[in-house]
Amino acid sequence: MRRLIAFAPLIIAVVFGGFFFWGLNPDRDPNEIPSVLISQPAPEFSLEKVEGLDTPGFSRADFGDLDRPVIVNVFASWCVPCRAEHTVLTKFVEQDGARLFGINYKDKPKDAVKWLEELGNPYERIGSDIDGRAGIEWGISGVPETFIVREDGTVLYRYVGPVVGEEPEKRFRLALIEAGAIQVGE
Amino acid sequence: MLPELGHFSLALALFLALVQSILPLIGANRGDVRLMRSAEVTAYAQVVFVGFAFAALLNAFITSDFTVLNVTNNSNSLKPMIFKIAATWGSHEGSLLLWVFILTIFGAGVAIFGSNLPTSLRARTLSVQAWISVGFLSFMLLTSNPFDRIFPPPLDGDDLNPLLQDIGLAMHPPLLYFGYVGFSIVFSFAAAALIEGRVDAAWARWVRPWTLAAWVSLTAGIALGSWWAYYELGWGGWWFWDPVENVSFMPWLLGTALLHSAIVTEKRDAFKSWTILLAILTFSLSLLGTFIVRSGLLTSVHAFAVDPERGMYILGLLALSIGGSLTLYAWRAPAMVGGGLFKPVSREAGLLINNLILAAATGTVLFGTLYPLFLEAITGDKISVGPQFFNAAFIPMMLPLIFLMGLGPFLSWKRADLAGIVQRLKFVAGLTLIASLVIWYLYERGPVLAFVMLLLAVWLMFTTLHEWAMRIRLFESDLKTAWRRARNLPRAAYGMTTAHLGVALLMLGMIGSTVWKDEVIKFAEPGTTLEIGDFDVTFEGTDRVRGPNYFSERGILRVEMDGEYVTTLYPERRTYPVAQSTTTESAIRSTPAGDLYASISAPSLESAEAAGAWTLRILYEPLVILIWIGSFMLCFGGLLSLSDRRLRVGAPKKSKTLGSQAQAAE
Repeated sequence: MRRLIAFAPLIIAVVFGGFFFWGLNPDRDPNEIPSVLISQPAPEFSLEKVEGLDTPGFSRADFGDLDRPVIVNVFASWCVPCRAEHTVLTKFVEQDGARLFGINYKDKPKDAVKWLEELGNPYERIGSDIDGRAGIEWGISGVPETFIVREDGTVLYRYVGPVVGEEPEKRFRLALIEAGAIQVGE
Repeated sequence: MLPELGHFSLALALFLALVQSILPLIGANRGDVRLMRSAEVTAYAQVVFVGFAFAALLNAFITSDFTVLNVTNNSNSLKPMIFKIAATWGSHEGSLLLWVFILTIFGAGVAIFGSNLPTSLRARTLSVQAWISVGFLSFMLLTSNPFDRIFPPPLDGDDLNPLLQDIGLAMHPPLLYFGYVGFSIVFSFAAAALIEGRVDAAWARWVRPWTLAAWVSLTAGIALGSWWAYYELGWGGWWFWDPVENVSFMPWLLGTALLHSAIVTEKRDAFKSWTILLAILTFSLSLLGTFIVRSGLLTSVHAFAVDPERGMYILGLLALSIGGSLTLYAWRAPAMVGGGLFKPVSREAGLLINNLILAAATGTVLFGTLYPLFLEAITGDKISVGPQFFNAAFIPMMLPLIFLMGLGPFLSWKRADLAGIVQRLKFVAGLTLIASLVIWYLYERGPVLAFVMLLLAVWLMFTTLHEWAMRIRLFESDLKTAWRRARNLPRAAYGMTTAHLGVALLMLGMIGSTVWKDEVIKFAEPGTTLEIGDFDVTFEGTDRVRGPNYFSERGILRVEMDGEYVTTLYPERRTYPVAQSTTTESAIRSTPAGDLYASISAPSLESAEAAGAWTLRILYEPLVILIWIGSFMLCFGGLLSLSDRRLRVGAPKKSKTLGSQAQAAE
C-alpha cells in the first residue's frame, strides 16, 4: 500500500505530461477562439424574418444604415441560459439605448414567437437561422453568443456564453462603452 | 567580440556542469573525497562563466549594441537607462540567462555555506543542481541563444513592450526567479537525500534556510507583480487569476507548506517523506511555470513569444527532472519511516492540517489553470476558467487555515491541552467578535463570506498578538521582565509573529479593496463632476505631455472633499511610437484609509472625441495599502526568521543538545 501511494505522484505527473505533449501540437492555437472574426468584417448572410413576428429579417446589408455600433445576439428559445441573458440584453436596450439585432439559431418559428411574447422583444431585427448556416458563418461554438459590430460591419467584440452575472455584465458594458455603442452619463 | 565571448563562456559553463553532474556522484559512491570536492570548484567556476555571459549581455543592452538581435528586438536608444538594464531580462532569451545565472549563484551558495554539510550529501546536492544547469544551459545554447547577431544592424531598436517599462516590473522577474530557482536547491537536497536514502532532523535543518530564502524572494516577486498590475493595467485590481499569475502562486502555496512541514521534520523527525515530496513538487511547479510561460500552452497576457520547438524541449526537461525525481521518490520513500508519534490535538496535527489545506488549495489552482487544456484535449471545447471559479473554490478552502493559523502557535508538540487553550482564548474570541462587528457596522455592506473573512482576519491578528504577549508574559509580570523576555525571544519567533500578522493585514486589505470598493465608469465631457466615496472628482479636461520615448494624453481630475481641495490626479494614456502600442498610467492618491484610483481611455466615437469626452474609470479602494504592507511583513518575517542565530550558525548539532533551545524558538 505504501508503495502504491508513493507511486501516485509519478502517475499524476505522467498524466499531466501527456496532456502537455498534446497541447504543444503546433497546429493548436489557444488564442483561436477570441481572435476569430475580431477586427474582421462580419460574414455574408441573409436571413428571413421569423414567421409570425412583425420584426423584420436580418442580413449583412443591414449594417449599412446604422449610426453606431450594435449588439448582435445569437439566441434560441431552447437555450436555457438565453432566458437569463434576455433580461440583461433588454436592460442594455431600454436603459442604455443600445441597438440589438438577433439571430434566432436553429429554432422553430412558433417556439421563438412564444418565447418573445413571454419575455418581451427588445430586438430591432431578427433573422431566422433555421438550418444554422448563418451560425456557421459567424463561427459560433454554442448558444448564446453575443457580438458587437461596428457600422461598417467590422466585428469589434465577441462574448461566448451568456452575458449574465456581475463580472460578465461589467465586461460587456465596458466593451459597449469603448465601442461607442452606448452613451454613458449625460 | 564581447557577445561571442559571452556565448563561448556559456558553452564552457555547460561543459563544467556536465562534469559536475557526474564526478561528485561517483565520488560519493566510492567515498572518494577528492572527486566529491571537485563539485565546489566547478560550482564556483560555473557562476563565474555564466556571470560573465550575463555581464556581456547587460553590456550590450547598456551600450545599445544593435548588432545583437536580442538588443534590437527589446531595446531602443531613447529608452531611460534603468529600462535598458531591465530589458536584459525582458525577453525570453535574456530572462532564461538570468534564470541560469541565479541557478549557478545558488549552486555556489551551497558550496560556500555548505561547509558544515556531510561531504557526500553536499557532493550529491551539487550534482543534482548541475543536472538542472545542464538542462537549462543546453536549452539556451540549442534553442534560445541570447547573443545572436543581426546583419546589417538597424539604426535603432524596436523597444521593449511599454507595459514592461516600469520600475516595479523591472524588479519583478529577478525576485520571482530567485524564488523559483531557490527552490531548486531544496529540490536538489531532496533528490540527494533520496539517493542517500536518509532523511533526518539535520537534513531538515539544512533545508530550512534555503526554503525560507526562496520563499521570501517569491513572496516579494509576486507582490511586486501584483502591485504592477494594480497601477499599470488600469483596472484597479491586483490579482486576476491569470494562468501566469497562478503558476507563480502555486509554488508559493506549496513552498509555504514546505516551510511548515520542514519544521516538523526538524523538531519531531516526522513527515519525512511528505517533506521530501513537497520539496520535489514545489520546484516541479516552478518548472511548470517556466514551461507554461514559454511554450504558449495556455492563453495569457504575459506569455513570451510562442515557439513549439522550445516548448518541446522544456517538456523534455520537465519529464526528465520531475519524472526522474518522482520515480526516485516512489522507489525510496516507502523505506522512510518517520518517528515522533503525536496525538490528534497537537502542533504536529495542526501543521498537518495546514499542509493538507495548502496542498489541496494548490491542487485547486492547478486544476483550474489547466482545466481549459484538459477539456480541449478530451472534448475539443474551448473555455476559459475565470476568477469566479477561483474565488468560489479557493477562498472558502483557505478560511479554515486562517482559523487554525491563529490557534496553531498555542498548541504544544506531541499532545496539546485543548481545554486550556479554549479557556485562554475565550477572551480573544470575544474581542474578535466585538471588533469585527464594529468594523462591519462602520462599513455595513458585503456578503456573509466577507464578514467571515473579516472575523478570521481579526481573529488571526488578535491571537497572534496574544501569543506574543503570552510568551513575554506581558500581563503576568512587570514590564521590566516582559521587556527582557521580549528581547530574548529568538528572531524566528518574531519572524512567525510578523508573517502571521502580515497575513491578517493582507486579508483586511483584500476585503477592503474588493467588498467595500466604490467604482464609477463614466463617459464624461470636461466639467463633469463625479461622486465617489466621500470625494467629488471633477474632470477638467486633458493636455498632452511628452516623455523620453513616448507622448501621452493626460486627464486632469480635480479632487475635492466636502468642498475642500484635496489633490489633482493626472491619469495618462501613453503612446509609444516605436513599439507602436499604448499603455494606461493610472493616477493614484494613496492614504492609509484607501486609494483613490483613476484611469482614462480614449473615446472611439468621433463625435465624442470632438467634444473632448473620455471614458473615466474611478475607484475608491479602502485599505488596499494593507495588501502591500502585509506582503512586506511576510517577507520581513521570513528574513527575521532567516537571520535567527540558530540558522545563521547552522551547525548540525546533535539533535539532543538543541532540544530545549529549539523548543523555545518555536
